[in-house]
Amino acid sequence: MNKNPNKALVWWLAAGLLAYLVVPWYAIQDTAWYSVLPQVWSGLETANGIVQALANGRAWLLVGLLGLGIAAVGLRVPVGRAQSHWLLAGGLIGLLGLLASGFAIGARGWSFEYLNAQFGELAINQFGIGIGAFATLLALTVISAFGLARRGYFKGDQFIASAVVSCSALLVLFIVFPVSKALYGAFLTEDGIWSVTAIYERIGNERVWGLSCLAGGVRCGVAWNTLFLALASAAGTTVLGTMMALLAERSAGPRVQAPLRVVALLPIITPPFVVGLGLILLFGRAGIVNQLLEYAFAIEPTRWFYGVLGVWIAQLFAFTPIAFMIMRGVVQGVAPSLEEAAQTLRADRRQTFLTITLPLLKPGLANAFLVGFIESIADFGNPVVVGGQFSVLSTDIFFAIVGAQYDQGRAASLAWILTVFALLVFAIQRGLLGKQSYTTVSGKGDAGIAMALPDSVRRLLNAVVYPWLAFTVIVYLFAFAGGFVQTWGRDYTLTLTHFKTAFGLEWGQFGLIWAGTAWNSLFTTLKLAGISAPMTAGVGLLIAYLLARTEFKGRGLFEFVALLAFAIPGTVLGVSYILAFNVPPVELTGTGLIIVLCFMFRNLPVGVRAGTAAFKQLDKSLDEASLMLRASAAQTLFHVVLPLLKPALVAALVYSFARAMTTVSAVIFLVTAENELATTYIIGRVGNGDYGVALAYCTVLIILMSLVIALIQLLVGERRLGRRKSGALVAPLPAL
Amino acid sequence: MDQMDCGVEFRNISKRYGSDPSAPLAVKGVSFEIRKGTLTTILGPSGCGKTTVLRMIAGLETPTGGQIIMGGKEVTTLGPADRNVSMMFQSYALFPHMNVLENVSYGLKMSGVAKEEARRRASEALANVGLVGYDQRLPSELSGGQQQRVALARALVLEPAVLLFDEPLSNLDARLRREMREEIRALQQRLGLTVAYVTHDQSEALAVSDLIIVMNDGLIAQSGTPQQMYEYPDSEFVAGFMGEAMLFPAQADADGAVHLGPLLIAPKQRVAAGAVKVAVRPEAWQINRDGSGLAGTLVKFAYLGSFFEYSFETVLGRLFVVSPDLTDVLEIGAQVGLTLADHGVSVVRMA
Repeated sequence: MNKNPNKALVWWLAAGLLAYLVVPWYAIQDTAWYSVLPQVWSGLETANGIVQALANGRAWLLVGLLGLGIAAVGLRVPVGRAQSHWLLAGGLIGLLGLLASGFAIGARGWSFEYLNAQFGELAINQFGIGIGAFATLLALTVISAFGLARRGYFKGDQFIASAVVSCSALLVLFIVFPVSKALYGAFLTEDGIWSVTAIYERIGNERVWGLSCLAGGVRCGVAWNTLFLALASAAGTTVLGTMMALLAERSAGPRVQAPLRVVALLPIITPPFVVGLGLILLFGRAGIVNQLLEYAFAIEPTRWFYGVLGVWIAQLFAFTPIAFMIMRGVVQGVAPSLEEAAQTLRADRRQTFLTITLPLLKPGLANAFLVGFIESIADFGNPVVVGGQFSVLSTDIFFAIVGAQYDQGRAASLAWILTVFALLVFAIQRGLLGKQSYTTVSGKGDAGIAMALPDSVRRLLNAVVYPWLAFTVIVYLFAFAGGFVQTWGRDYTLTLTHFKTAFGLEWGQFGLIWAGTAWNSLFTTLKLAGISAPMTAGVGLLIAYLLARTEFKGRGLFEFVALLAFAIPGTVLGVSYILAFNVPPVELTGTGLIIVLCFMFRNLPVGVRAGTAAFKQLDKSLDEASLMLRASAAQTLFHVVLPLLKPALVAALVYSFARAMTTVSAVIFLVTAENELATTYIIGRVGNGDYGVALAYCTVLIILMSLVIALIQLLVGERRLGRRKSGALVAPLPAL
Repeated sequence: MDQMDCGVEFRNISKRYGSDPSAPLAVKGVSFEIRKGTLTTILGPSGCGKTTVLRMIAGLETPTGGQIIMGGKEVTTLGPADRNVSMMFQSYALFPHMNVLENVSYGLKMSGVAKEEARRRASEALANVGLVGYDQRLPSELSGGQQQRVALARALVLEPAVLLFDEPLSNLDARLRREMREEIRALQQRLGLTVAYVTHDQSEALAVSDLIIVMNDGLIAQSGTPQQMYEYPDSEFVAGFMGEAMLFPAQADADGAVHLGPLLIAPKQRVAAGAVKVAVRPEAWQINRDGSGLAGTLVKFAYLGSFFEYSFETVLGRLFVVSPDLTDVLEIGAQVGLTLADHGVSVVRMA
């Protein structure tokens, strides 16, 4: 009781006030906000909030200050319901006032035509929000949340209240707002007039929905292409992944475990199109197979591999390991005692497998299918590398934005189809299975021994999985090898030229020169991924904590939005960012920040899932015990929960870093010459037919990422738990 | 009771889980007081709402309606950190990554007590519960009883105004359970603690409590001292829950006397004329070899070491009787008379 209950409030009021005084209010073009700190009391662009409001004629900015003032009155009111009125009123007035003015007044005065008509032209404009505006908005958000807590919401806990409200605000600002704004664009005609038929005119045609390929025609519409490919890939990866999981858990000896683990790790640390490149070296026009055919049977090499077959095989290779990881967790989760019970009830091994084991895997199968489907429709790298004339939605969206057409409306309309597909599958999966899950990971040890697989099943698995693994290894080996030869298909001399081109170092007049062409993109990628990974892991685990351990109104909606980023294809998120964040109040296009944000919100579900799984295994009474011992929710999080969550923390950090390093689809719209990323650089090389450099770069990326993952694991370290090491607190690999 | 005397007061508290207004209430408007320096037990079958009540005292749940007053202040919407309470969990909830001393001093550290002072007070609390020399052990390296003591010390060290126990003995074996029960009671009386104690075990409740609150289906069925609750249950439910009792339909006459077959009972409270029910403890029956009272024939018996259990066939039906008389043993078929003692007989409301 010796704590000052208003301490946090004072802190945030001060933060809000400081945001008005010491930092520039608006976003600074071309330089970082901290480099213009000396000029905050002058300058049109660099001034702080106070100067902008009083001297530069933007008086509406004072509404935030007014909000802070009203909230400050709350300090003089006893803690409780009475105080909540002041906090809520102040917070909301400031927040809504600033937001309304932000959206209403843009770079060219009033943002809406009817405001011009109503009030006449506005002489003063506004830029995008900068650090000052952001900090003020954050402070006002938190103060409003404190008001809710004082009303008794969130069990009166200020930390929980502010975490929920701030996370919701972030999700709305960076997922709901851009995606809905981009999708809304599909209904605007070229002249910016709202029209329901606009979307139909753009996508209601043969090119999108044609089915002529079924009747022997040349090609089907992109929508069908995408859908068929995704269904085939999802089915294929699910089947293969399940087979691998069953083999790994129930049949394979310890000697196969290591290669299986490596295979499971590969897609995390390799860019998705590496497989496509490896396959081209095998089956492409100049590939080994075609050359052998020509040599042996004089068959003219063709581009037969390019197209739907190539993309499908590439996706099988790329996404099967993900299905394997999901299914492995599910297979582990099947309680052996259930199978033992079936066997004591006179079922033989085959019957047990068919009536108990497989049905118990059902929820996992649906999950793996969903993940495979979404990965496939979001995949950009493989279709662009091995697709040839075969086009899918993600590539079409890309060319609508980047290509000569530059048709935002068309991109938005195609994004609609992609989003609807993803959400449909998401909805079907949730509706069919709901929250049902048969996996039984309880604190209690299950003494049973997992049943050996029936012989027929085991033979089938051996016949499929081992050749598949061998094939995977070959594809990767070819991908690596491609970086070390002069020109694949023509000149197989071993060389390090490609590495030199990409990563050459020279000693110049002023010391070391990063002469290679790839250094720039590598450093940018490392920097941006490095910034985004801890943020993703932190926010992801925080959301997982809120979902797992707190009850509040609207929790279901909160969870839905948090997982929505998972269902939204990366391409759509990327398009949304470029369409939504190119005008004030949030003007980010062309900056590194937009890439960091895109990484973060694209990968957020990974952190949320890793955290949720870990929280399920952590006894809730530990948190409550800490709360009872007068620790605040924040103290509980840092002293009790986080130390016990280290494995989940590592998992979240590794995944978000690796995915940020390897992602293509979402960020391909956001890169600029200045902020080029490794993956987009490689795609560019491939586009030029420069496979050597591209593959050399992939090799370097894979090695680098393995090192970083090892380093993260070393840094975060082991958990201290005493003798219960083999207990239930093992971080499961999250799906994705 | 004046304000200062009252540790915890519930005023018409109700609780509904989830936000769906059609969901059933887990607690349906209960009011009670826990006096300072006493141990109050909340007793009831599983699902009766007793744990919910305890968690609302703790601040782990917010009531849907009503007010909670602690030490004269309203705390209804405050979180656990802002109330002066501690709780001992059923699972102990010891932090697995901290050793014994770190576990016990955790609460002090979170309240901003200096490190040395926190260590000193934690050691003191550990000595108080009789656990010395285990400071550096991890919880996983302790036995169940030792873990229990750590959990107790951890709750005590904050000198809470109210100490809460959630079925604290359910994870212990029978012998240790009795020992810990006595220790908790002794500690409570020595330190003058205000304690709320949740259990489903009536003998545990009888042994440790100053006051017992029996809950059923989200409502308080009855509250009183252990003797009142056992001797004078005022409902069928309480009579059945506080130890074994048989219920018989009986008739009350205008004078307030109750007729149970051939027996006449003078109830402790006034009873309106008409049909009533009488709850009789098995030890309240007295066996008369001379046949006076209710005639009965012995049909079954069991020897339990310190007493006999008999079943008699009578006009009231089959009676279950406990007899401490180990010298005069009845044989199957013996004809005896049964009368009622002063204790263990109560007239309850019609259900």
